[in-house]
Amino acid sequence: MSRLLKHESILAILTVLALAILAMQSDKFFTTDNLLNQGRLMSEVGLVALAMTFVIVTGGIDLSVGSILGLTAILLGVFWKNVGLPLPVAIGLAVACGSLAGFVNGLIITRFRVPPLIATLATLALYRGLAEGISEARSVRGYPEWFFFLGQGDILGIPVQLCLLVIAAITAGVILARTPFGRATYAIGANETAAHFSGIRVNATKLWIYTAAGFLASIAAVIFVSRVTTTRSDMGTGLELDVITGVVLGGTSIFGGKGTIIGTALGLILIQALKNGLSLSGVKGDGTIVVIGVVLIVAILASAIFDRNKGG
Amino acid sequence: MTDVVMSSRGLQRSSLRRFVGNYGQELVVLLTIVLLFVVVGSYNPRFLSETNMNSIFSGNAYIAVAAIGMSLVIISGHIDVSVGSMIGVIATMAGTLAVSGYPVWVAWLVPVVFSVVVNASVGALVAYMRIPSIVVTLGMLSVLKGGLISATGGAWITDMPPAFMISQWRIFGIGTPVYFMVVLTLLAALYMRFSGFGRSIYAVGGNMEAARAAGLNPERTVVGVFALHGLFAGLAGLLFATQLQVIQSTVPPNLELTVITASVIGGVSILGGTGTVIGSTFAAILFATIGSALIFLNVSAYWLRSVLGLMILATVLVDMIRRRRST
Repeated sequence: MSRLLKHESILAILTVLALAILAMQSDKFFTTDNLLNQGRLMSEVGLVALAMTFVIVTGGIDLSVGSILGLTAILLGVFWKNVGLPLPVAIGLAVACGSLAGFVNGLIITRFRVPPLIATLATLALYRGLAEGISEARSVRGYPEWFFFLGQGDILGIPVQLCLLVIAAITAGVILARTPFGRATYAIGANETAAHFSGIRVNATKLWIYTAAGFLASIAAVIFVSRVTTTRSDMGTGLELDVITGVVLGGTSIFGGKGTIIGTALGLILIQALKNGLSLSGVKGDGTIVVIGVVLIVAILASAIFDRNKGG
Repeated sequence: MTDVVMSSRGLQRSSLRRFVGNYGQELVVLLTIVLLFVVVGSYNPRFLSETNMNSIFSGNAYIAVAAIGMSLVIISGHIDVSVGSMIGVIATMAGTLAVSGYPVWVAWLVPVVFSVVVNASVGALVAYMRIPSIVVTLGMLSVLKGGLISATGGAWITDMPPAFMISQWRIFGIGTPVYFMVVLTLLAALYMRFSGFGRSIYAVGGNMEAARAAGLNPERTVVGVFALHGLFAGLAGLLFATQLQVIQSTVPPNLELTVITASVIGGVSILGGTGTVIGSTFAAILFATIGSALIFLNVSAYWLRSVLGLMILATVLVDMIRRRRST
């Protein structure tokens, strides 16, 4: 456990350092408005990253989350505008379809024993393709005013989706750290065969996790549509890489068996702070991507060196 | 039937079966390509026209070349998700050098050397520092992509000297990229099959500790594999750069996924240790053929990607069922 927390403490120090430096660079950074707005912007990636933490802890990966987001967004628009369903029903149906997409991932991975990387590589193309085919590059707009509350509104001054993210993060953290389901998740990642022979329902657990990834990607889609007030089939392209970067930066081992929700949260905050702080101090958007890449490599390198010194 | 009375026909059949067993995935992909050509060609003969053949083979050769390197990486038990960004960087670098008045060979050589050096460094981080390759290359993806866009601002490069445009030459009426694809695939296949280093890649990917116990140096092998992968990515970048009259200075979207998928569909197991580079080249051709066939079959371009996704899924499922039956 102390080794697990080691990475998180390095990360926490890094985050505080980054926040301090960024605050000195620009006096606009440490304002309540800016910080809350950043919270709004990281909610979509954050929600998906919670499920991705579980996926990666089992030793798997899900590359299709960005495509599920795009597909759900398109379905939401089509169900509402073209099919003519009431918006709440359209949202419910679209989220159900997105969850089904995640369930299908889980089915391919557990029933057919296709490695998760390959299975979700294929569904990445498939789901994005469905989104493109269904939408035929038409965007849907003109949603009713109340719908924008989810993506643009506030509860007691805090962005709605940030409240959602915090609740979801606490729930996910408790499930992973404190329940039999969480322990099963770690056991599968540490040694799947051993987990199976210890009576853990490996396939059912994985199926739940991949379905949850689909579900959270769909919720992120609804928030995304509500925030930008339109649906397009290319929504969420490349989301998977942002999400995986956050999770891995947070100390979750890509080999499975290790990782915490706190780590993921710290990873996400660090990335969002860097993005925002650098752009406030005049670095162009693409320059910040470079910094995030470097931070990812350096953070993992540092924890690998610490780990080795401790082990050796 | 016992071994003793096995007739010559039985022997033949068993060696055929072994061939199918060893190269099953490659054969499935090849048969699919042939089938597509026959079916779509009889529906619309223009599918088999020289122009379309050229666009299928020449236009996608760079994907096949990049997939050769990717196959080596995956066979060694690793992965590179940054190859798409690398190809974008190489193309822009080569184009910039070419229009800045450097000799053509400099414009070709410098980006390739850059790619080899960067990938070898990635290999060193993976092999000696024990950082998972997906993490290092994920970071590298951001660095290359962000670096490229912030350095160029997305400006297009045009007016490259004709001598630089390696992809646009023709020998006996066939575009140079096709020669690159065929020759590099054959060389890599022979190298993987017969050279000591080639076989050590399989050994390291199959079981790293066993390879070490057998006297191999797995770390050095991994660095070598990434350096070779850098070479193939470099060449792919040059083919990509000189394909059109303009270089867009951006990262081609989803290129890394296309390249990885080509390797995997071609029969390279993502678990490492098995697969051939011939399969990945076949798979790259298959994707190009599917894409072109859909256009000729009047399938709406909007549905193209979902059909491709379904095909990938079908190939993978068939492969998994076939593998399960053989074990």
